[in-house]
Amino acid sequence: MSRAAPTIRVQAEPFDLAAESAALAAGRVDVGGLASFVGLCRADDGLAALVLEHYPGMTERAIARIAEEACARWPLTGCTVIHRHGRLEPGAPIVLVLTASAHRAAALEACAFLIDWLKTRAPFWKREEFAGGTERWVEAKAEDDLAASRWDDAAAARRGETP
Amino acid sequence: MRVLYFAWVRQKVGVAEEEVSPPESVRDVAGLVAWLAARSPGHAAAFAQPRQVRAAVNQDFAAPDAPVRPGDEVAFFPPVTGG
Repeated sequence: MSRAAPTIRVQAEPFDLAAESAALAAGRVDVGGLASFVGLCRADDGLAALVLEHYPGMTERAIARIAEEACARWPLTGCTVIHRHGRLEPGAPIVLVLTASAHRAAALEACAFLIDWLKTRAPFWKREEFAGGTERWVEAKAEDDLAASRWDDAAAARRGETP
Repeated sequence: MRVLYFAWVRQKVGVAEEEVSPPESVRDVAGLVAWLAARSPGHAAAFAQPRQVRAAVNQDFAAPDAPVRPGDEVAFFPPVTGG
């Protein structure tokens, strides 16, 4: 099995799920499953838009490191992470995670791992804008930390340690 | 030393980045925070609760005891909320 280098992009523009999926399988016959996660902007509490700020340079590096970790933990044939920045209105896609592997379990687990770690380890910050003109910064959530920490346990279990 | 600020830390400080020359006694992230906080009321407000502010040195996440040196790029920001 040959491993393709992860594709990582931080961009203002939308992404094309079908085209990105096709790119992960193009020209190879060893891919048995593709898993995808698309995060969308939800209209909670009268939200008018989310404004995503990032740290150019560090954000790409942080995502690359998370993708390397996924490739080290699961036998992926490829993975793609695209995260948007700028002003995004409800319904707009924010983030795409795609993983490809010979078998479904690796693709599905790695996809969940990537979005959990992205949420807690990639430098992005969300500001919410509301219809009345008010705005607030989104606060980090304990449940996101908990979701990310389950992969610490999973790695420990694989090594035979007690979490 | 180049210092960058993001999200509400940037808003409170009032600038996105600045070039600073802290004294030699500033050797780590925590020392830099204490020194920066005395620069202006905006800086003081941004660092009023140091536990709410995360740091990166040369684009890697850094703990309060991580060393900082002249020429480094140091960034301060709230806990991340992407994805």
